[in-house]
Amino acid sequence: MNTLTTPMGEANLDGPNAFPDEMGHFGPYGGRYVGETLMPAIIDLEKAYASISPTPEFQEALQVLLHDYAGRPTPLFHARRLSAEAGGAAIILKREDLTHTGAHKINNTLGQGLLAHFTGKTKLIAETGAGQHGVATATTAALLGMECRIFMGKEDIRRQAPNVRRMELLGARVVPVSSGSGTLKDAMNEAMRFWVSAVQDTFYVIGSVAGPHPYPAMVRDFQKVIGIEARQQILDMQGSLPNALVACVGGGSNAMGLFYPFLEDDIQMIGVEAGGKGIATGKHAATITQGTVGVLHGSKSFVLQDSNGQIQEAHSISAGLDYPGVGPEHALLKETGRATYVTVTDDEALSAFKTLCLLEGIIPALESSHAVAYAMQEAARRSKDESIIVNLSGRGDKDLGILS
Amino acid sequence: MNRIENTFTKLKEKGESALVGFVTAGDPDMRRSLDIVKTMCASGLDVLELGIPFSDPTADGPVIQRSSARSLEGGTRLSDVMDMTRSVRASTDIPIILFSYYNPILAYSPAFFYDEAVAAGADGVLVVDLPPEESDEMTGLWPGDKLSLIRLVAPTTPRERMDYIAQAATGFLYLVSKTGVTGSDGLDLAAIAANTAVLKSISSLPICVGFGISAPEDVAAIAAAADGVVIGSAFEKIIEDNLENPDLITIMGATVKGLKTATVR
Ligand SMILES: Cc1ncc(COP(=O)(O)O)c(C=O)c1O
Repeated sequence: MNTLTTPMGEANLDGPNAFPDEMGHFGPYGGRYVGETLMPAIIDLEKAYASISPTPEFQEALQVLLHDYAGRPTPLFHARRLSAEAGGAAIILKREDLTHTGAHKINNTLGQGLLAHFTGKTKLIAETGAGQHGVATATTAALLGMECRIFMGKEDIRRQAPNVRRMELLGARVVPVSSGSGTLKDAMNEAMRFWVSAVQDTFYVIGSVAGPHPYPAMVRDFQKVIGIEARQQILDMQGSLPNALVACVGGGSNAMGLFYPFLEDDIQMIGVEAGGKGIATGKHAATITQGTVGVLHGSKSFVLQDSNGQIQEAHSISAGLDYPGVGPEHALLKETGRATYVTVTDDEALSAFKTLCLLEGIIPALESSHAVAYAMQEAARRSKDESIIVNLSGRGDKDLGILS
Repeated sequence: MNRIENTFTKLKEKGESALVGFVTAGDPDMRRSLDIVKTMCASGLDVLELGIPFSDPTADGPVIQRSSARSLEGGTRLSDVMDMTRSVRASTDIPIILFSYYNPILAYSPAFFYDEAVAAGADGVLVVDLPPEESDEMTGLWPGDKLSLIRLVAPTTPRERMDYIAQAATGFLYLVSKTGVTGSDGLDLAAIAANTAVLKSISSLPICVGFGISAPEDVAAIAAAADGVVIGSAFEKIIEDNLENPDLITIMGATVKGLKTATVR
């Protein structure tokens, strides 16, 4: 067995499919750190996911929804003018912004929504930051005829107002959360508290590769369609794999979805975290690059915390990246060196946002703009015959209020 | 015999259930917190659960969330809670259980936590978000077995899982009274009695029931079958409602006395 010794224990490196182990651990990370009231529910979920998701009935229903409803496959687009501006490698965009509801989040909510449906649950709850996961969950609930309640921080309700209106139109109840900094972490706290009281008939649709096992693996599996498509599309487009993949990392779902099917390939993977107002200011959401190992929201991974183990508030101009935790599989990819993680500031993301609008006629989400910003820097360091796939995880209509 | 066993054995002989009191250490500030706790201990409290404040208490309702936030605002660190424990221990012989989320213990280092807690005179620890599936990583680093690890059983826990939990438990078993966070309402006394009976049939450990219990008549009803009744949010509510009241400490003492009479069968 090929193993890696880390400060937290041994990690098995025998292929991506080795993770997580049967206890939900990605090497030293992951696991299930929740109160006993929720343990039976997540154990049941793990069993339901393992038994239902591989069945032809489930897979067929999901494929139909992804294709006919969400609009998959999404295109892979060679952004020539952006590439020329960066001056170097070809920048190729995976257009998750073109899915129904406008972000990759729908891939996961359709998967989890169907699983809820197959297990007889009639109510969905979710936390949301940017509102994209909330909108995708509300959409799925409407489609499947389920009740829906979305927890969203007060600050995020303010800065992502268009998505609040969308969720309400879709029949969801948006519950404002004012504790902490009124952002994604606080919304997730409240969703977990609500779930404890409603666990018998309610399915908690976690929006990223975070949370207790089986969520990190399950959400990754529902998102890996991004990478599976992109891998085939790039081979069709240029006859070879790309040299690098770039994706923004909040909780890490769009990045895991793109990276996972390429893990065995000899290409670079780069996760871009929110550098906020600059790492030196302390106002950032650079969890992997600046954080330390801790337990938050049910799993062990990197977190932003003080020396007493109190979780710190994150900062990012983009609500979807404004989170002091990160999925455990990213922690492992960082530890093993399989992926690298970098940061991009608010200002750099804003500048990339504007550039993409003007040069390609694409309005990206502020989250995705972080990936675009770094891809431009990375492209400049590479030669013209190289290529980089960037996950354009969402569209930016929701962010117009922040920009004006 | 350790303090936990001792306490429950003596209470059983007297025909009483234990009054277990939870307060967050350092709420509203360290000085008053210490006075409150010492007064509670002197007023008939049988077991003290001392809460270590955490920034993201996902198992707690609004009252304990706010108590945790007040304590953190005052700068409480885990080392301060250890000092407080030492100081309480100097004035009482009742069992002291430290109540925490896992992250502060992880940051402190589980081995150091054990050494400090034992040295300070704590008898057990309850880590609300550390299920038996993950707890070996903490206890595996403990250099001894002088600290009981109190385990939770919930209304959602299936029967065979109760066996699994009970098997590894020491000290006492904590039965969560309802599917909800701390301080929520809607007690189902019949379900509590049924779950208490099941736990008694599979474990010889004392069974304490908690989450959202405040009324003396509920305390009396639960005390009829359970070995202990845990009161948390109700105490914290009093602290919160009397932040500026110079009589806060007297009120806490009187409340403990009143609730203690309800645990006498
Ligand atoms: C468009 C978009 N991209 C990225 C993210 C960040 O989440 P993740 O890291 O899980 O992909 C969000 C989250 O709200 C989002 O809306």
